[in-house]
Amino acid sequence: MASSLEIAGIRKVFGKGAAAVEVLKKIDILVAPGEFLILVGPSGCGKSTLLNIIAGLEDATEGALRIAGRDVLDVAPAQRDIAMVFQSYALYPTMSVADNIGFALEMRKVPKEARTKRIHEVAAMLQIENLLDRRPAQLSGGQRQRVAMGRALARDPQLFLFDEPLSNLDAKLRVEMRAEIKRLHHVSGITSVYVTHDQIEAMTLGSRIAVMKDGVLQQIGTPDEIYRTPVNTYVAGFIGSPMMNFIDGVSEGSGAQTQFVFAGGRLQLPAPAGRPVTLGQRPEHIHLASDAAWRGEVLLVEPTGADTYVVVKTQAGLVTLRAPANTRLDIGEQVGLTVSDQHNNWFDKASGVRIDLS
Amino acid sequence: MQSKTFYRVVVYSVLVLAALLFLAPMYVMLVTAFKDADQIRAGNLMSLPTSLNWDSWQMAWDQACTGVDCRGLKPYFWNSVRMAVPAVLISTGWGAINGYVLSMWKFRGSDLLFGFLLFGVFMPFQVVLLPMSQVLGYLGLSSSISGLIMVHCLAGMAGTTLFFRNYYTAIPRELVNAARLDGAGFWRIFWRIVIPMSTPILMVTLIWQFTNIWNDFLFGVAFSGADSKPITVGLNNMANTTSSVKNYNVDMAAAVIAGLPTMLVYILAGQYFVKGLTAGAVKG
Amino acid sequence: MKKLENLLPKLVVAPGFIFGFAFIYGFMIWNGLLSVTQSRMLPNYSEFAGLAQYVKLWDMDRWYVALKNLGIFTTLYVGGSIGLGMLLAIFLDQKIRMEGFLRTVYLYPMALSFIVTGTAWKWILNPSLGLEKLMHDLGWASFGFDWLVQSDTAIYCVVIAGVWQSAGFAMALFLAGLRGIDDNIIKAAQIDGASLPRIYWRIILPIMRPVVFSIILVLSHLSIKAFDLVMALTAGGPGYSTDVPATFMFTMSFNRGQLGLGAASATMMLATVAAIVVPYLYSELRSKPHER
Repeated sequence: MASSLEIAGIRKVFGKGAAAVEVLKKIDILVAPGEFLILVGPSGCGKSTLLNIIAGLEDATEGALRIAGRDVLDVAPAQRDIAMVFQSYALYPTMSVADNIGFALEMRKVPKEARTKRIHEVAAMLQIENLLDRRPAQLSGGQRQRVAMGRALARDPQLFLFDEPLSNLDAKLRVEMRAEIKRLHHVSGITSVYVTHDQIEAMTLGSRIAVMKDGVLQQIGTPDEIYRTPVNTYVAGFIGSPMMNFIDGVSEGSGAQTQFVFAGGRLQLPAPAGRPVTLGQRPEHIHLASDAAWRGEVLLVEPTGADTYVVVKTQAGLVTLRAPANTRLDIGEQVGLTVSDQHNNWFDKASGVRIDLS
Repeated sequence: MQSKTFYRVVVYSVLVLAALLFLAPMYVMLVTAFKDADQIRAGNLMSLPTSLNWDSWQMAWDQACTGVDCRGLKPYFWNSVRMAVPAVLISTGWGAINGYVLSMWKFRGSDLLFGFLLFGVFMPFQVVLLPMSQVLGYLGLSSSISGLIMVHCLAGMAGTTLFFRNYYTAIPRELVNAARLDGAGFWRIFWRIVIPMSTPILMVTLIWQFTNIWNDFLFGVAFSGADSKPITVGLNNMANTTSSVKNYNVDMAAAVIAGLPTMLVYILAGQYFVKGLTAGAVKG
Repeated sequence: MKKLENLLPKLVVAPGFIFGFAFIYGFMIWNGLLSVTQSRMLPNYSEFAGLAQYVKLWDMDRWYVALKNLGIFTTLYVGGSIGLGMLLAIFLDQKIRMEGFLRTVYLYPMALSFIVTGTAWKWILNPSLGLEKLMHDLGWASFGFDWLVQSDTAIYCVVIAGVWQSAGFAMALFLAGLRGIDDNIIKAAQIDGASLPRIYWRIILPIMRPVVFSIILVLSHLSIKAFDLVMALTAGGPGYSTDVPATFMFTMSFNRGQLGLGAASATMMLATVAAIVVPYLYSELRSKPHER
């Protein structure tokens, strides 16, 4: 039975008086039952604090928190029926894997038989049945990760919280575990909030992503929405790798003749008029064209196997574009760049806020 | 390389010489305790006994005079045991709980409280002697073993709290948080999670406390009466008695007996003792 | 629910802390109170004496002797222990084969009571049957060692026994500090061509300064409290020539029926210790990163 999570006007201030720091500035998020929400942002943006507030491990200065409609800010963490997977796994070192998984059930006085049954169920789900008698110190990182998840799953809680659980794993394991988490969420259907600083994790795991910066919610939406219509330059630059290209310039002309004029070039694009703007264009939407007017010098060629990324030095700055894998270019070669009028992102240069052309 | 070997020879010689010097008093004590009065007069500090004479040991244990009493060290030995065992256990347990709270359940001012408590580790106990004897008098506990136990617990609490608190701060907070979310409360976290992880520091604290309490003299001599004197006081009385002939062999035997428990603990569990020493000095 | 979770830890430690603080600070104040009364055999709170006891204290020859002895003892005891301890630690750091055994030997005196130690040394330093006799028997007929019974040299016997007891402690701390030094620094110095003694002198010892400092701190503090050792070795004698503040306090309070005076001397001891320890504690606690 999935529950909703309502974060209403949560504010968190650390310290007092002149030294007070507002770590969370009025966060409002409504997580639907069964949703997998990602909180993503750089270190210090407040995502972990928010997670801790949801868990009850930290207090909020202001605001309300409701799980399945029930106000929980005054409820102790133990009573909130929330399970959490920590970055360092936080497995109980002196207990066996089985006892670790069953600990919460033991705390709730679930009888031994039912507990053992559930432990085995969960262990089977995570394929760690052969590890039940071991101690955490005898497990590898990936195995510990699974035990940590098993411990959370065994509870069948109303809410699942993840605090950067994959950061301590090597790249290959991370990919594996990502898929595992997604699969488990599909199977269990439990409402989840997942904190990460890794935008790839955010894009692949979440049903919705909440991008945060300096304690403020920048944008919340589906991965697609965030990717294709970022609400400001920060979100635009944060999501997507390699990063979106940003070119500052002004609009000239009007109607169908509108041109975007910038250092070292001009493009026939419907740039918004009246103020300096920034064009945001993703690498996959800039192409090489030998006869294009906008030119630059090849600085770096990075073949990744499936594609080749080319970094071109132009008067307007460095531009990264995605080219086909078989592209052959020399460093220093002069190339031409084209940008179609599809997939343009226009931002106000001063504020960084998106300008909608409709 | 000649100079390198020379180096090594010098180093080893110094170390071995130092070892001999350090061992010498123990050697002298043992050797003297096995001699009889004639051998002591005839020989010197280093000379070995001609035969293993156990008489002085016997006398030290149950016949030697400590002031007016001539019952040997035996009663004082048991006084020390009756005093040390509860005091060690209580002060250690107390320190564990305090350390647990101060490191994992911090509240406003808890760090400040800890800072103030730290001074208790350093303060000269002379300053509590007089008030303490007053209090013990009021409670009817002066000259009793219970009184001594109480004093040792109070005096030891700062040190044991320091040990545990520092050890527990190394335990990641996430572990406690995970347990809280799992539904474990204050005591459950303590018993099921923290205590099982505490074996090293428990050993260190128990040994440290035992050594200090067994070896204590100040509280022993200030607060004990005829029936509650610990062994250190008994030994001192015996060795300093001005009456009759000085029986050096008995004195030495008595000293060895008095030092035996802590020596045994040191030999068997020395690594924990050392950890206690180094932990105690590297504060905070 | 949440409130209980917040309250319980405080409730659990409160009684203990109250007792502990009463013992430490309450008694300190009580002792100070005693020191400003005319108490003799029994505490007498009705006769306020102002600073009379302190005046009396600082007027006594015996107190000056005690202070002088404290100065001599502390300097030599701390200096000797550190010197010997450092030497042993540096040598032990040279990958010695019997290191574990040697360490055990150097440290075992710390496991013994100062009374046991004092009793043993009293015998060893016995003027007619101890060290002197040993030297005579070994052929050194003119060797005289009656330091223990001479007023002006007895205190040095206390120093000898004290250093024997505590040098191992200094060594242990030093060795732990030495072991904590990054090997790569030494290697870099060796590549740069420095010889081993030079490496110790210019690089390692300067890094050891904080360790030396804490050893000085702990040993000084131990020396101010040095009561057991003096009592066992000399009982403050001959006369009161080896008296130290700790024994002075005890004698005045428990043997001479001068509670007020004893309390005053205890307060002086406290002041001395506080003068050293409080700044250190303050700086230690300040430098810690402020946790939530």
